[in-house]
Amino acid sequence: MSIEIVSAKELCFRYNSTEVLSGVSFSIKKGDYLAIVGPNGSGKTTLIKIILGFLEPTAGGVYLFGCAPSKFGNWEKIGYLPQKLASLNPHFPATVREVVALGLLSRKGFPKRIGLHDQEAIDYALSLMDIAHIKDEFIGELSGGQQQRVLIAKALVGDPELLILDEPTTALDPEGRDRFFSTLQKLNSEKKLTIIIITHDIGTIGRYASRLLYLDKRVVFYGGFDDFCISKEMTDYFGEFSQHIICHRHDHGHA
Amino acid sequence: MDMLDIFSHGFIQRALITGFFIAVLCSTLGVFLVLRNLSLIGDGLAHVTFGGVALGLFFQTYPIYVALPVVLLSSLGILKLKEKAGIFGDTAIGIISSLGIAIGILIASIAGGLNIDLFSYLFGNILAINKGEMATSIIMSIALMAVIYILYQELVYISFDEESAMASGIKVDRINTLLCLMTALTVVLAMKAVGILLVTALLILPSVSAIQIAKSFTMTLVLSNVLGILSVIMGIIISFFINLPTGATIVLVNFIFFVFALFYKNIIRSAGR
Repeated sequence: MSIEIVSAKELCFRYNSTEVLSGVSFSIKKGDYLAIVGPNGSGKTTLIKIILGFLEPTAGGVYLFGCAPSKFGNWEKIGYLPQKLASLNPHFPATVREVVALGLLSRKGFPKRIGLHDQEAIDYALSLMDIAHIKDEFIGELSGGQQQRVLIAKALVGDPELLILDEPTTALDPEGRDRFFSTLQKLNSEKKLTIIIITHDIGTIGRYASRLLYLDKRVVFYGGFDDFCISKEMTDYFGEFSQHIICHRHDHGHA
Repeated sequence: MDMLDIFSHGFIQRALITGFFIAVLCSTLGVFLVLRNLSLIGDGLAHVTFGGVALGLFFQTYPIYVALPVVLLSSLGILKLKEKAGIFGDTAIGIISSLGIAIGILIASIAGGLNIDLFSYLFGNILAINKGEMATSIIMSIALMAVIYILYQELVYISFDEESAMASGIKVDRINTLLCLMTALTVVLAMKAVGILLVTALLILPSVSAIQIAKSFTMTLVLSNVLGILSVIMGIIISFFINLPTGATIVLVNFIFFVFALFYKNIIRSAGR
């Protein structure tokens, strides 16, 4: 039986009087690759923050590796890339290597220290994201795409079981984006890495993800791509990409 | 007088030793405050110290005994205002610091005769530090540096990105509280060296200068320490020979370092690319 990595049951969240999430239920198992899509303000990032325990749900519950996030302690199992690349302090005086090394802290006991024996993991993450050649550069002096790859390497360096990415491809060029998705797919298929990705890259994601969650404050669709059909309320969001999603569904089915 | 004779004076030795420890502490803590956009918390807490010192003088106790708990509580007050009232950090600092200044002025005005003593705390005098104060400064500096050393990686991660740090299991709220409390203690310690009005400079300037020129985080911390220590030593020596106020001289030396750092970053390093 597959291990349940994340499950949400009738999850609700209100911010003051505004309803952000209502009755959200889904579960993902080890090796799943879940794409969360939906219009702006549909509650995608809020859902991730509840899963990680940053926000308390107003009602319902969420479980991370079978644990409530407030009681969860195995943070080394999680790699996380937040949404806000724009808020990265451009004057933060750290090299690429120093930033990537931070991703190893969840594996460390007290007091947390990064040592020489961690270099192998750091070098692997750097090469995985194709940034080994800029390892001694300042993070603030890199382009947006390079910074994004550094942050993804930081999320991957601890060899997590669950990778949560919030709009990771916004700063990547088309070539970088394709390479990134291929890398993720490789990790997903070879290492059974469970992935949750929030993306607006709806023209591409159908080629890689195994499950889709369309969120618009509530779950409009949740399931595999084989079962996916675009309902009336999704038409505006998918627009011209509707055909891509359906085509990729078939690609996926034959993969 | 021989140049080296300066080091034979007991008060100079005490000033240099105390200044060394306070400089290391301020310049280390300052890096984290600057990177977290919390530079003004030192200034705000220094203003609160003014109120605390005035309160201590009013009750005729050793002012630091009163200033210390007042500043510690105020640092927690700033955090709570930020969290519970949902206001920005700089606004919370502004509210608490103006309250501190207002209380200080009111007490000084009511008591009348406090002004001379209060002025000595406002402008500080590292050359007047006695053995007891020196020992307290050394012990406290070592204790606070030990806490920073133990939590070093967590502090770096939180300074870089709080959200990612939380997702790696770091108790961000606890470390933020600790950082505020450590800043409060540091402000009270450094007050005697450079005075309430100039404490912020000792926290911010070495770190900002180091950030301009360093090429890694480790190098930033080392450079910040070196610049902090150099500014204190040079400030004490220069002020002794030219007969200037020591606190202000230390800050001016720091500012000159900052100008050099900016020059290096914008002219020399840019030209090298």
